[in-house]
Amino acid sequence: MLTVNHFILLSAIVFSIGAVGVLVRRNPLVMFMSIELMLNAVNLAFVAFSRYLNNLEGQVFVFLILTVAAAEVAVGLAIIVAIFRARESVDVDEVNELKG
Amino acid sequence: MDLIVFYLFALIAVAAALGMVALRNPVHSALSLAVVFISLAAMYVLLSAPFIAVAQVMIYAGAILILFVFVIMLLSPGIDQGAGVLKAQRGLAALFGAALIIELVVVLAAAALPPARGEFTPERIAEVGNVQAVGALLFTDFLLPFEITSLLLLVAIVGVIVLAKKKARV
Repeated sequence: MLTVNHFILLSAIVFSIGAVGVLVRRNPLVMFMSIELMLNAVNLAFVAFSRYLNNLEGQVFVFLILTVAAAEVAVGLAIIVAIFRARESVDVDEVNELKG
Repeated sequence: MDLIVFYLFALIAVAAALGMVALRNPVHSALSLAVVFISLAAMYVLLSAPFIAVAQVMIYAGAILILFVFVIMLLSPGIDQGAGVLKAQRGLAALFGAALIIELVVVLAAAALPPARGEFTPERIAEVGNVQAVGALLFTDFLLPFEITSLLLLVAIVGVIVLAKKKARV
């Protein structure tokens, strides 16, 4: 019998894997992908609750999160490319000041 | 039957997520992430949300991932992975990750679900149509977030163009 707890636990596991990925990996692109993984885990939680509460607002919210995530990825990757052009290497520990 | 499908795709999703975090080559990580996206889309179909499932595959696996792969290919030789500031970072990350997951599992396994209160049971969704129902909500109750999202996309497009432009020679 499939309950909401199954989906919420899966969402929690994927979220934790994404969080550990952000902390462990040093490559900025892989860190960014781990953040996207966390967003996806949250989307799964939203859709699961939408199904089990018989309410469609969760799905509408997921749709809006999808859009915002797309915009965020575009801008974030543009920033990484701009940093790479200015410095010829992207070491996330070096990029700790706003001044270029 | 639903249980078998759920466990199959849950296993695939978790394995691909672990692969994404652990693989050395960033292109392999991106492909693992594609597998995660698609298995989550299968979960959405299981949860009576076919519209969201298709939107997930189109937007995440079809656009966002392509963008990631482009940038990985563009920057790949130059990405210099520093050693990291903290010596014990991996150990601490593993510890905190384990703490996070144990806490989440303990809290969520014991959580009680509030009673269902909406009207959109899966039968009703099948009757009205998922796209129609989500569209109706999006254009009535959620009209303001919808319009703000379109503004956000415009701002993102302009921002990306400004950031990625090469400097004009004066």
